[in-house]
Amino acid sequence: MSSVISEIRKDYIYNLVLKGERADGRSFDQYRDISVETNVIGKAEGSARVKLGSSQVLVGVKMQPGEPFPDAPNRGVIITNAELVPLASPTFEPGPPNEVGIELARVVDRGVRESKSVDLEALCVVPGKQVWIIFIDVHILDDVGNILDASSLGAIAALLTTKVPASKFGLGEDYPLPVKDIPIATTAIEFGDVLMFDPDVDEESIANTRLTVITTADGSICGMQKSGTGILKPEQTYRIVDIACEKAKEIREKFLEV
Amino acid sequence: MIAMDENSNISFFKDGFRLDGRRADQLRPIKIEVGVLARADGSCYIEMGGNKVIAAVYGPREVHPRHLQEVTRAIVRYRYNMASFSVEERKRPGPDRRSYELSKVSREALEPVILTSYFPRSVIDVFVEVLQADAGTRTAGINAASVALADAGIPMKSMISACASGKVADTLVLDPMKEEDNFGQADMPIAMTPEGEITLLQMDGRMSKDEFHGAMEMAMKGCRDIYEIQRQALVDKYSQLEAVPVQEVEACE
Repeated sequence: MSSVISEIRKDYIYNLVLKGERADGRSFDQYRDISVETNVIGKAEGSARVKLGSSQVLVGVKMQPGEPFPDAPNRGVIITNAELVPLASPTFEPGPPNEVGIELARVVDRGVRESKSVDLEALCVVPGKQVWIIFIDVHILDDVGNILDASSLGAIAALLTTKVPASKFGLGEDYPLPVKDIPIATTAIEFGDVLMFDPDVDEESIANTRLTVITTADGSICGMQKSGTGILKPEQTYRIVDIACEKAKEIREKFLEV
Repeated sequence: MIAMDENSNISFFKDGFRLDGRRADQLRPIKIEVGVLARADGSCYIEMGGNKVIAAVYGPREVHPRHLQEVTRAIVRYRYNMASFSVEERKRPGPDRRSYELSKVSREALEPVILTSYFPRSVIDVFVEVLQADAGTRTAGINAASVALADAGIPMKSMISACASGKVADTLVLDPMKEEDNFGQADMPIAMTPEGEITLLQMDGRMSKDEFHGAMEMAMKGCRDIYEIQRQALVDKYSQLEAVPVQEVEACE
């Protein structure tokens, strides 16, 4: 039954696109309303709840001392995980993360890591022996499309409010996590030669191709991921990158200026 | 051998050449062999620099488990797997999060050209084993898989060719090797059709918009060169085969 309705819905969205419109009246490069609430979970070292239209994502950051990787003895460790829990969508199933969840977590991780937003050297306690481990856990609460941008925004918002729990582990006073850059992920889908930013769940279902571009505060690109079984022309990738830089700047200035 | 300092220009280039003697826009040597496995429907062995990768294609065949089958088309499965001995430090055997992601994006790099609607309710399985890794295993895997699909006779709109470009010491380079990948500033693997349609695009590191355009063009040029090698490998194999005499079959009375 639901799939019959969605076929009709797909048709409707398809015909709207041909007319240059979107179902909720947005322009093709317009984001839905964004809200970012920080410090929503007291037990976490940092947390953020992001609403992107009706999509909702909760990101919690926990920290604990642990052993560094042997090839980076003086650097803290970031571990990112995403839970696509079944309460968030009729298509999510319980169990270990599937490839969609793993990809989501890895792209969020790529933004944080490659932008070098967290000063990992500052998280070394005893070189080669003890460093801080940052767990970024993304919890999807409601998937109404583009949970990747919401998760990425939630991750950096949570990191910005994170306090290193040094006193809990007898390592001195608590202090704010040193965050140096603000990566913003911007996702567009390609559909019938049209590029649509911040797709909702219906728009995602009609598109074959998606490109996420993560940009840093200085306007460079620090991560990209094409996803889906379609193609992109090189010019389309250039256009997405151009618009992504603008959109990311707007989002960064509005919600996350340090 | 390599200084850890990311901004040191001396370590990555010597007299304008890279550590392995290549120009900035030069691919590593590539060797492709078609039909290297007896049991698979199609197979391919590829060497790209120090990468040694083997790909096998099985299918179209029945889908197990059954609930995965699609009524209107074949599904494509892609398994990227690294041998435990393929890297410096032994890798724990079996899939990890990285291989799940690479399998997904690699499948999505090939699926756009496979005519899946010809084989409803079936599966085309692509298995890629990395025997030796030297930066660029996902692109080597996709190149091998594309040839293996052709070798298996799977109908495709075109071939897929893949390679990476990257940035080291503020210079764009084609097909980064291990040292450039580990200590460089950016890495961007792409896959595309000979017509220049992008089917895989990933990037990590840091580059400006202009550098992205440059890296894209460099990688696309690399893909075009790889396509010629893939094509030649297929032509070489299939032109060697002796023509099979067509047997006249008497119609049953």
